[in-house]
Amino acid sequence: MSKPIEHDYIGLSEQQLPSMEKSSDKKDGLHLKDTELRLGLPGSESPEREDHDQNVLSLKSFVSGAKRGFSDALDGGGNWVFSGGSGGGTEGLFSPRRGGKNNGGKDLSGSDSGSVLKDGAAQKPSVVQEKKPQVAATSSHGNGNIAPASKAQVVGWPPIRSFRKNTLAAHPPKNDDGDGNAEAKLGSGCLYVKVSMDGAPYLRKVDLKIYGSYKDLSSALEKMFSCFTIGQCGSHGVSSGDGLTESRLIDLLHGSEYVLTYEDKDGDWMLVGDVPWEMFTDSCKRLRIMKSTEAIGLVTRQCLLPNK
Amino acid sequence: MEPSELKRSKDSPNLDESTRRSSFPDEVLERVLSLLKSHRDRSSVSLVCKDWYNAERWSRTHVFIGNCYSVSPEIVARRFPKIRSVTLKGKPRFSDFNLVPENWGADIHAWLVVFAAKYPFLEELRLKRMAISDESLEFLAVSFPNFKALSLLSCDGFSTNGLAAIATHCKNLTELDIQENGIDDKGGSWLSCFPESFTSLEVLNFANLSSDINFDALERLVGRCKSMRVLKLNRSVSLEQLQRLLVNAPQLAELGTGSFSEELTFRQCVELESALSNCKNMYTLSGLWDAKGIYLPALYPVCTHLTFLNLSYAALRSDELAKLLAHCPRLKRLWVLDTVEDKGLEAVGMNCPLLEELRVFPADLFDEEIIHGVTEAGFVAVSFGCPRLHYVLYFCCQMTNAAVATIVQNCPDFTHFRLCIMNPGQPDHITNEPMDEAFGAVVKTCTKLQRLSVSGRLTDLTFEYIGRYAKNLETLSVAFAGSSDWGMQCVMGGCSKLRKLEIRDCPFGNAALLSGLEKYESMRSLWMSACNVTMNGCRLLAREMPRLNVEVMKEDGSDDSQADKVYVYRSIAGPRRDAPPSVLTL
Repeated sequence: MSKPIEHDYIGLSEQQLPSMEKSSDKKDGLHLKDTELRLGLPGSESPEREDHDQNVLSLKSFVSGAKRGFSDALDGGGNWVFSGGSGGGTEGLFSPRRGGKNNGGKDLSGSDSGSVLKDGAAQKPSVVQEKKPQVAATSSHGNGNIAPASKAQVVGWPPIRSFRKNTLAAHPPKNDDGDGNAEAKLGSGCLYVKVSMDGAPYLRKVDLKIYGSYKDLSSALEKMFSCFTIGQCGSHGVSSGDGLTESRLIDLLHGSEYVLTYEDKDGDWMLVGDVPWEMFTDSCKRLRIMKSTEAIGLVTRQCLLPNK
Repeated sequence: MEPSELKRSKDSPNLDESTRRSSFPDEVLERVLSLLKSHRDRSSVSLVCKDWYNAERWSRTHVFIGNCYSVSPEIVARRFPKIRSVTLKGKPRFSDFNLVPENWGADIHAWLVVFAAKYPFLEELRLKRMAISDESLEFLAVSFPNFKALSLLSCDGFSTNGLAAIATHCKNLTELDIQENGIDDKGGSWLSCFPESFTSLEVLNFANLSSDINFDALERLVGRCKSMRVLKLNRSVSLEQLQRLLVNAPQLAELGTGSFSEELTFRQCVELESALSNCKNMYTLSGLWDAKGIYLPALYPVCTHLTFLNLSYAALRSDELAKLLAHCPRLKRLWVLDTVEDKGLEAVGMNCPLLEELRVFPADLFDEEIIHGVTEAGFVAVSFGCPRLHYVLYFCCQMTNAAVATIVQNCPDFTHFRLCIMNPGQPDHITNEPMDEAFGAVVKTCTKLQRLSVSGRLTDLTFEYIGRYAKNLETLSVAFAGSSDWGMQCVMGGCSKLRKLEIRDCPFGNAALLSGLEKYESMRSLWMSACNVTMNGCRLLAREMPRLNVEVMKEDGSDDSQADKVYVYRSIAGPRRDAPPSVLTL
């Protein structure tokens, strides 16, 4: 029996998703472009990835609407380095963050894509915005990641009783955050914040006080997290001794697949680069290098903020 | 002669004949059978012959009804005239995860009305996933003068007003156990409704409620109920208050602490530790809400004889757990949050060789930082240290086939294996293969397996394995798995002891549904949601098997021909009459 095409639960098969892990499926040599991790604006498109998006047509239209305010914000900021070439913005599957939409099954990651694709039969995975505002992008493209992909907000999944969910949501167990917050509140000396990157197995800490601008910060982060991108390349047949220079590293990181975000004092996740540097260091509690597919929701919220 | 025997002689004119025929007098048979507690044994006994059927029904005092719609209260009352204790389960299990519409049913009231008439001496009522209103609780409180024990798990529809009615009227209450319900918490005054003369309480569990209660009333209650053995407090009770309670109740066997995080002076710490060390009978500890590591050493004296430690609401770090477990050598059951991470689970493996049950719950479902949590490494570490492990519920962010194979090799006695890889459809994170071989290893090695929950990317091969090897399997939960009808067909054809099957978001269609045609009458129930089953398939099933109730729950805006949610169960009560409009019985 031939191996059936594995469809992730939301209906897209692996071959259709341009995540870098799947480059191993390509028989005809290395496709470095596909393995590139590119940090850039969500919503901007990468030409060679257009082909893969046939099955996510419904998602694209949403995204183009959302692109509106984003590049303005970043250009205005001026110092922002992670600027976009091509984007992974329309790839993959995601739901708007804080959409507050409870139109069960009608939001993006719901029946639209799912109903067409799952094993060729009409399949409607019940993906709905739960009452909790945050929604993570589904990343069930069969990641063989080092670190797990984010949990999709599917109704009734994972199977935990409401009582437990509500109790833990109301009193979130934030053990480690205690440290991070305390240190971030230190007015003088150092300002260590945690930095995480989607797909990396561990976090780092940076002292924001030692940087003077967004540019310095982003260079430092690129260097810090380059080992992960190199590692990924290595697993797909590109050996690290293969003439990869530092400039090549920066090129990899200057793509559009990742954006840099931070959590501010109010607990909101914001796109880095909007506010003056000093204001940023005052309000930043932690940093996250997130996949641009997930950042779409941030863009939406940015557009909704009154002063943007 | 006992009243029951007098009644029987009047009711059975064949008494002489039956005593001649059977080798025991019925009175003796009944006396012997009254010692049988297991309802399965009793079912077997009742099938032997008519005499034994009658003797069994007259001697049964506890009835367990796994699906409230499989039978009607009138039928139960007719068959079993002497019931004093009832356990009832209502909604399908997936209602815990919001997959069942709000007003689906499983209301207890109709049952209570019949019980009030037929079992006025009812003593115990244990409900799971039933809808119960305050009016029903009040009715219960006043209708049964001998009422002793009320246990509500995962129920909804009531508020603390109902509890007040129970506290006020049930003079002989020994047990009030309110667990993880959808309760409308209107305040803690219900606790003050226990009269000052009331002393019989043995079990009090209100950990589910969040409102403040009147601590003085609680202290007096605990002080005068000298037989109290189970006390599970809610978050509003402080550490200092806990100490005061314990001083008056050193006999407690099970304790659920309140909040475990306030600032204590040194003297208060010493007093708490001293109070706990006086509890020489304590074997279960839970609660520990917001536990701060620095106060955990107060628990050490109790830890030495603990067999069940429930830390599932205490977000401990790995080092905190390790320090605590070093004092818990006798632990048999452990529930933790995944904040303890793999390192914490290594400590489990190193310190708890007698461990039989482990449950690891996810702490922060909404955090983007999913680099926390547990992986296959933690589970493997536990399996090396705890060979007696037979019950596991494990929520993790990644797993491998090799790890599971190692785990079951170390622990071949699994009876309950519930693995939830939280990202739906995720493969082996190292090889990128489906998780088929993992569950294959589980069913091949663990011959005693009764309950299995699968997750991760799974093809039909997993279900071939299950059908072929899981011969003792009774409960199977499947989500986001399988490739075709063949998968479900394998399970329906191979698992002869299957009783409960619940499936969501799988590519199983009518052929799969109908392959179990012969089987459903021997099962308690089948749930299929977001699969490929159509209304026509369901209608066919309903037509072919008239003793099954085939219910379809339609969702708004969905295709008319699709059967979004299907719930099939056997019933001798016929189709139910209380279904809401969104539920169609075919």
